Formats: sequence, structure tokens, C-alpha cells
Amino acid sequence: MAAFVEIQDVTHVYARAEDGAPAVAHLNLKVMEGEFAAIVGPSGCGKSTLMKLATGLQFPREGTVIVGGREVGAPVKLAGMAFQNPTMLPWRTTLDNILLPLEIVEPHRSRLRRHKAEYVDKAERLLASVGLKGQGDKFPWQLSGGMQQRASLCRALIHEPKLLMLDEPFGALDTFTREELWCVMRDLHAAQKVTIILVTHDLREAAFLADRIFCMSSRPGRIVAEREVDFPRPRELDITYTPPFSALVQDLRAHIAQARAGG
Amino acid sequence: MALSTKRKLALAPWVFTFAFFAAWEIVCRAFGVSSFVLPAPSTIAMAIWEYRTQLAYHAVFTLWMTLAGFGMAVAFGLGLGMVLGSSRLINAGTYPLLVGFNAIPKVAVVPILVFWFGVGWVPPVMTAFLISFFPIVVNVATGISTVEPEMEDVLRALGASKRDIVFKVGLPRAMPYFFGSLKVAITLAYVGSVIGEQNASNVGIGNLLTRASAAFEVPLVWAALVVLAVLGVIMYAATASVERAMTGWAQRSEMAN
Repeated sequence: MAAFVEIQDVTHVYARAEDGAPAVAHLNLKVMEGEFAAIVGPSGCGKSTLMKLATGLQFPREGTVIVGGREVGAPVKLAGMAFQNPTMLPWRTTLDNILLPLEIVEPHRSRLRRHKAEYVDKAERLLASVGLKGQGDKFPWQLSGGMQQRASLCRALIHEPKLLMLDEPFGALDTFTREELWCVMRDLHAAQKVTIILVTHDLREAAFLADRIFCMSSRPGRIVAEREVDFPRPRELDITYTPPFSALVQDLRAHIAQARAGG
Repeated sequence: MALSTKRKLALAPWVFTFAFFAAWEIVCRAFGVSSFVLPAPSTIAMAIWEYRTQLAYHAVFTLWMTLAGFGMAVAFGLGLGMVLGSSRLINAGTYPLLVGFNAIPKVAVVPILVFWFGVGWVPPVMTAFLISFFPIVVNVATGISTVEPEMEDVLRALGASKRDIVFKVGLPRAMPYFFGSLKVAITLAYVGSVIGEQNASNVGIGNLLTRASAAFEVPLVWAALVVLAVLGVIMYAATASVERAMTGWAQRSEMAN
């Protein structure tokens, strides 16, 4: 398999950073096509910067970012994104929120008006696949936090992105809802074969979902450890209580503790 | 008989308004206040009836001049607000100008309008426009410039242009701010047109006021004031109901109900 996202020796300083300190420094990372990668690290380690670099929202000061075989010089257009905050637009119904990316991305943008029914159908199938069947007519603020997050995942996937970027998407949810959504995420990944990069604080989440985990150091962020996760798929929640799973989480935890200490 | 809270709330404005005028009437009669100082509501009501044709004639002029100025302010305010909301550079650059312009009392601008356009319908309409566009600009700009950065990232990562983001997210998001500002703007436009009429017009309630006060026709002055108040309430209520109809999604908090 070829690398889909490749970050080579990237150093990035935000234009707005007053101290001129880099957010990430000498960052190297490779994610294969169709792979589910997770990035963990202490808070403020530049995980969100990494997301912005990989989607072309920011360009590196040094080094290169290659996505889908091309060096990133503009927003990549083949990415879907979801954040901790579901950011649904309150004046649109859930269904219309999910259709929003299609109003931006070509070729859907020019097809949307004439092929509306086809797209609505697709959105409804996506909604059903995340357990929100028939909820499309509701406004986002009529849904619970967990349901909004599910809808936000649908919005990130509606245009069939090659790359899905998730920035702590389950961070604000309670434990049960979070575990439910892990399974939703697992199934979506299995069904769509999309490359996923998940940024998270939750080591169990990373270990359960990912094929490959990167540990980042504190600011300026770089990768201090990389682990392949070879638990067989499909994984059930039960594996999170097995000794090898605990061992992996412990191992990651040690790296984060070290990174926090400034190692 | 116990009334539901909703009924009470619906009745309250009428009760309070009635009580206000009743108290006024009682004070005037009890202390024998001269109608030259403060006419009783009954005297004013009679004056309104007496001068009804004249009042109605001028009220129509005030109404359309206000609405014309207000309409210009809405169009201009939306446009400028969109520009300022989407560009931090233009926003920062023009803000002192805008604030400075807004700080000028518009009554001081009327003579200039008269130099330019002469006495007639233009100065009142222009005054209404000049006095009322500022809150619209500020509110639309604020609504657009405060789009959540995450929402912007979602769209930019899809290749959305600045224009896409303004039209898909910024503008709809600014609508509650916009309609909120309309309630302020309609009242200001009204003040503007009356000021314009007082100084540079031959028609309108403002002009009627000037002439009535010069002739010491006190009841007519008060009658004109009451007509102004009633018109003001009607225009405000119309704007507020448009707001409720257009931005129901933004008024879902318990406090709004």
C-alpha cells in the first residue's frame, strides 16, 4: 500500500504567533491509504496544527506535506472534517446540514439542484448508518450532543472524502455515548475504506480504533513514538478489557507522561 | 377569575398604557394645569380629531420618507456590513471613519443637505438614511466576522471560497443581529426624517410641528407628538414581527418565550 498522507520534516510557525515559537518541529509521519491513524499527545502539542497542515488549511514553513501523491499547496478538497464541537448550522435542518459540503465541492455543487433526490437519499442512508434514521427533518438543536456528533460525522462523509480528519470528535461526550460512537466509527471505516486521521486525548479510543498510533511530544510537537496496532478486525468493545490492550494503553501512557515532562 | 400568565402578558401593555393616560388626565384636572403647559389627554384627543385631515396628510409624508431612508439604510448597511465582516483589513481601516461619522449629530448635517438638494423630500430621506445605517453595518459585520473558526475550517477544507463562506454561513448567521439592529434603525430613521422635515421640508409631521410651535398652537403640537408616537410603535412592531418570522431558529431559549 502507498502512503496517502506523508509529512516530511515539517516545521510550522503560525503567522500570528507572537513569540515566533514553532507549533510543530521536524515532524515526520506517514499514513497509508485506507488506514485508520490516531495521534495522541499532551494538550497543546500541535495536534490541531497537524490537521490543518494535512488538509492544506496551513502551509508549512519548512518541509513538505504530500496528500494523495501531490504536494499540498491549497486546501486539499478531498477531506472531510469533524471536531469536538459539532458546529451544525442552527437555521438548517439536520439533513440540510449534512448536504452542506455538496453545495461547495465539485462535481456535486453543479449537480445538486438537479439531482437533489439522489443526494437526499444518500444522506438518509448515511444517517441510518450512524443510528439517526428518520431524524433528518429535525433541527440540530433538537438533537442531543451525541446525536449532533453523529450528524457531524455524516456531514464529514457525504461527499465521499478520501481523507477524514477527526479532531477529538468524541471529547465532549459521556463514556457510554463515546463507546457507542467508537463502534459507529469502526463500522464507517470498515464500510467506506477511507483514510482516517483521528486526533484524540483518549488513549483507549486510539487503541480501539486505530491501525497505527503516533505519540506527539509537547510543543513544539514532533512524533516521539509510533505503534502499529494489530488487534484483528472487526474489533468488539470487549477487547478493551484484555491484557494486550491494557499493555498497549500503558505503553502509550508512559510516552505521553514522558512527553509532558518535556522529554 | 384567574387569568393565565399568557393572557396577563397580552393584556399588560394595554392596562399600563391606559393607566398612564388616566393618571395624566387626573393630574391635569386635579391641579388645574393650564393646557398651555401640559394639555390633558382628552384635550389632545380632541385636537387630534379636529386636525385629523391635516395630521393624516403629513403623517403619510413622514411615513414614506422614513421608510425610504430606512430602505436605503438596510441595503447600504447589509452591503457594507458584508464587506467589513469579511475583510479584517477594510474593517480595521474604515472603523475610525465610520465611528467618527456616526458621532456627528445628524441635525448638523441637514444644512449641508439643503445646500446640495434644496428644501424638499430629499433632506428628510437622506437624514433618515444617514442616521440609521450605522447599527445595521455594525451588526451585520459582527455576525459575519464571528463565524466559528471550526465551521470555516470545515468549509475551507472543502475548497470553499471566502464568498461561499459569507453566503452559506456568515450571512444567515448574521440575520438575528441584522433584524435586531433593524429595530434600532427604524426608530433612528424616524428621528432622522422628522429632524429633516423640521428643518428642510414643507411637509411631514416634523414640519407641522415646527409651524404649530411657531404659532403657539400647543394642542396641535401635542397631537402631532402623539401621532409620531403611534406611528413609531407601529413601525417598531412591524419590524419586530418580521424579525420573529425570519429568525425563529435563533429564539429558542426559554428567555425568548
